[in-house]
Amino acid sequence: MKMKPLSRSFRRDLVTYGMVVVMFLAIQLLSGMGMLTNSLSGQLVPICAYIIMAISLNLTVGILGELSLGHAGFMSVGGFVGAFVSVCVGDAVPGWLCFALALLAGTAAAALFGFLIGIPVLRLQGDYLAIVTLAFGEIIKNLLNSFYVGRDASGFHVSLKDALSLNLDETGDVIINGAQGITGMPRSATFGLGFVLILITLFIVLNLINSRTGRAIMSIRDNRIAAESVGVNVTRYKLIAFTISAALAGLAGALYAHNFSSLVAKKFDYNTSILILVFVVVGGMGNIRGSIIAAALLTILPELLRGFSDYRMLVYAVVLIVMMLFNQSPQLVAWRRRLAARLPLPRKKAAAGEKEV
Amino acid sequence: MQFLSYLVNGISLGSIYAVIALGYTMVYGIARMLNFAHGDVIMVGGYVAFVMMTSLGLPALAAICAAVVVCTLLGVAIERVAYKPLREAPSLAVLITAIGMSYLLQNLALLIWGSAPKSFTSVVSIEPLRLFGGQLVVTGETLVTIVTSAVIMVALTLFVNKTKVGHAMQAVSEDKGAAQLMGINVNATISLTFAIGSALAAVAGVLLCSAYPTLMPTTGAMPGIKAFVAAVFGGIGSIPGAMLGGVLLGIIESLSKAYISSQMADAIVFGVLIIVLLVRPAGILGKQMREKV
Repeated sequence: MKMKPLSRSFRRDLVTYGMVVVMFLAIQLLSGMGMLTNSLSGQLVPICAYIIMAISLNLTVGILGELSLGHAGFMSVGGFVGAFVSVCVGDAVPGWLCFALALLAGTAAAALFGFLIGIPVLRLQGDYLAIVTLAFGEIIKNLLNSFYVGRDASGFHVSLKDALSLNLDETGDVIINGAQGITGMPRSATFGLGFVLILITLFIVLNLINSRTGRAIMSIRDNRIAAESVGVNVTRYKLIAFTISAALAGLAGALYAHNFSSLVAKKFDYNTSILILVFVVVGGMGNIRGSIIAAALLTILPELLRGFSDYRMLVYAVVLIVMMLFNQSPQLVAWRRRLAARLPLPRKKAAAGEKEV
Repeated sequence: MQFLSYLVNGISLGSIYAVIALGYTMVYGIARMLNFAHGDVIMVGGYVAFVMMTSLGLPALAAICAAVVVCTLLGVAIERVAYKPLREAPSLAVLITAIGMSYLLQNLALLIWGSAPKSFTSVVSIEPLRLFGGQLVVTGETLVTIVTSAVIMVALTLFVNKTKVGHAMQAVSEDKGAAQLMGINVNATISLTFAIGSALAAVAGVLLCSAYPTLMPTTGAMPGIKAFVAAVFGGIGSIPGAMLGGVLLGIIESLSKAYISSQMADAIVFGVLIIVLLVRPAGILGKQMREKV
């Protein structure tokens, strides 16, 4: 049998998978040799969660071309639902099943939220869409902050006021305690599991991008009106992309939640959404491999450079502005090209750089 | 009577939102961009006034003037450095730049003034007004806020509708190219809009900090976003709309804090935004825009 030559996109995807595997092996090796500091090895699972978040936000920002400023909201939905499930069934089933159920439940809940929020939100465009996603992120945070769930012999009790109004009997305990969040999850997330989840996320997103659906989504990004006129159902494809993006954010949230023994809604505020956006922009919008590298580096770097941490957010802000100016401003792009033409660089690289975004 | 006092509080808070919303709405009308950093210019205004009053011991009026000057320069500088090069760029890029600018201001303030909240001394020294035999107390801050906002609103409406520069602003917001052909200096007009918006932000910052006297690097972020909600609510690009939207939003927030839940007030405010955008995307007083293909 003759081997078919591999397509370009397939080869590119293989490099991405390979890069993740190599990163995983390198970190395993380092940790085996005891080269990782305590604080860094504590960051491994959050890094995995952030990588998944960055990939999922890149699906919305880079592939669909709409800015979501409430992505942390979906992460918190996934985190809380996942944690809730594992607190509830933790005693009844073995640990691995409990974790799997939590991940599934977190993903499904975030997907449902993404779908429900997507229906109204995706009718809007541009700035309005961004501000509404921000609004939904804040609403989710506020609701979770005043959300109380308890359990006693007679079943579950839900309240939006305080823990007392749950009316629990003496056997009951409060599971989700408003602003204090949820506690008592098993800390079952490991770096290995996070790695597997990253691979699954990559598999889903890369296959989506290379599929008919993915091409339809990107055609909406490039020219909505043209896409509509050749028969692409804009709302449907936008909703598909948004829901998958939300589901993956939920997965990341559930993973994140099981790295800590407690979780509060305040963790997933506007700042977290912006942090993820920084990963996506620095990595290159629409470039999945870039998102992974940026998320990993920008989480590890502040850990390594202690003195840097005060200036971390300041530097991120400057990076956001400078990246946008250099990639989008006509004068600066022209200046960059003149500079590149003068330098003895291989021409191909300069051309590839222009194609991005 | 309780209801009345909540209502007055709401109008006062809403007037502050309205002044901030004016800045948003003018910039959006002319530059077609959501200036995310507007809320943080408010915070800078608050800090400048604070430093002038506490460290330098200047009188309140001088502090306000200093805040206005600093914020005006800051607003123009932001426009020149970050937004002007991106005037032809896709809106996603401009929006991300604006978010970056907002973050930059917050973190600069964090480095300069620290994260500990500063307690702002009110610039108002008017005795509280007691109505209905002392049952309804209206603080001096509330009175000053409402009066100032009303004056700003009237002055701005007159400026935009009666002066030559105001007409130029309207022309630029209608069609940049045509305005340029008519001999209007588009860049100068946009800079002027940012200057006016930022000056208003400084006033709003001082009023906000007088009414709610904790000053932090993130002080401006939430009021900024809410003021944007107000601008959209009233109809973005419309000056009376920003005023109306601001006051209505303030009343909604104050009443829902009082009667529903203080935790949920923000959620309700954002709920209003979502409903408005879905039902009447142009806002209460806005014009429906036709999409050009």
